[in-house]
Amino acid sequence: MNEMQKIILDYVIAEYIDDDTEVTVDTPLISGGIVDSFSMVSLKRFLETKYKISIPDDKATPEAFDSVNKICTLVQVFVK
Amino acid sequence: MAYSKEARAGYQKILKDMEDAGLFKRERFIHSPQGADIEVEFPVGASPKKVINMCANNYLGLSSHPEIVKAAHDGLESRGYGMSSVRFICGTQDTHRELEAVVTKFLGTEDTILFPSCMDANAGVFEAVLTDEDVMISDRLVHASIIDGIRLCKAQTDTYKHSNMEHLEEKLQLHADKRHKMIITDGVFSMDGDTAKMDKIVELGEKYNAMVFSDESHSSGFIGKTGRGVHEKCGVVGKMDIITTTFGKGLGGASGGCVSGRKELVEMCRQKARPYLFSNAMAPVIVQGVLKVFDILNNSTERRDKLERNAAYWRKGLAEAGFVLKEGDTPIVPVMLFNAKLAQDISRDLFNEGIYAIGFFFPVVPQAQARIRTQLSAAHEIHHLDKALDAFKKVGKKYNILGKTKEEIIAMYGN
Repeated sequence: MNEMQKIILDYVIAEYIDDDTEVTVDTPLISGGIVDSFSMVSLKRFLETKYKISIPDDKATPEAFDSVNKICTLVQVFVK
Repeated sequence: MAYSKEARAGYQKILKDMEDAGLFKRERFIHSPQGADIEVEFPVGASPKKVINMCANNYLGLSSHPEIVKAAHDGLESRGYGMSSVRFICGTQDTHRELEAVVTKFLGTEDTILFPSCMDANAGVFEAVLTDEDVMISDRLVHASIIDGIRLCKAQTDTYKHSNMEHLEEKLQLHADKRHKMIITDGVFSMDGDTAKMDKIVELGEKYNAMVFSDESHSSGFIGKTGRGVHEKCGVVGKMDIITTTFGKGLGGASGGCVSGRKELVEMCRQKARPYLFSNAMAPVIVQGVLKVFDILNNSTERRDKLERNAAYWRKGLAEAGFVLKEGDTPIVPVMLFNAKLAQDISRDLFNEGIYAIGFFFPVVPQAQARIRTQLSAAHEIHHLDKALDAFKKVGKKYNILGKTKEEIIAMYGN
């Protein structure tokens, strides 16, 4: 697991997991019901603050946020 | 033809997939008034069978109460059947305003506005009072109608872990820069039957200058010493900014709902809330029935006291029998089964034993959290509860789930 994957996975677990549900870098987050559409906003804000990027709303889709690996792919598009 | 053979086939496949996954809901037809004992036709075409109802929101047993029925009859004579109008055109009777005043006094707020349902109240309220300069911070288990209402509003959204006050506080700090913040919760959470920590929520609201909203649909009339709701139970009457509730559950069981709270917020709803502006006024017959409900509740706590005793008796009986229950002290007692098909099989078998209780599964509850949500009523007598307990034990034994843990039930049946 690289550093970005670990940082984002740690955030997801701290923010969304209340029990012993296992979450990996490929666990479906939105389609799996772990992250609801309302909470995507705080996830987007975390990523933008952490990586000093701005993610356009039309790119911040449930599909793009549906796993830690997919989120990393999206973030890397905007990190200079 | 707009509805092509292909379209039809496509929808048929979706419905068949739901059925195969054990997620298909079927209605049962009730041939009697709502009450502790009802007559149910199931399956379709069968002779109606007398069963004990363990899944109604008829918390106070008022759905078919003779005094409510009489008040409704009298209302038909004095105020007619329907208004044929939205409120602001020619749909407001004096009795609508009378009911709003009665509810305001009961809930301990500044003003109230009626809606055709609490679903409509929740759909309209957020958009009416918040803009994109604001933020809505909601508990992750709020009712579906609140989720729909939040989606209709342009304010920013965020959520906190269910009933987790530390997480709520983090979110209030995170959104400190917003013009208005609104904390949004259910009073009693309808699927789990637990209660919001309203005193702590109000405390955080005051600390971080955030408004507090609560949907009290599963608490109005019976939670708190005199049934005002969770805010009464938690000692914060007068500190709630917005309360929504329904008249379709404990408060008579017909229909109608309201937004109650700060005078200006209620007036914003009156001026801007779309369901208020574009949906028909509450029917006069129902207004009269609900006025009688409040008359009964304001005169005695007998019904909510009996409901509280029934809930404690029922929960104790199920726990001693070895069922997995959600913790709580409300009249909502979920019997956890985790597997959708198991929930449906047990519901069917309970029906054969004369007990009417429905299985809940995805998407009504999260995946792998299927349950039978039992609900108590002041209309239940002890003999109803004893018969229901015997049936639950018999069926629970058949499926070998008594005394089993969540993990053991999932190991047997999957999730």
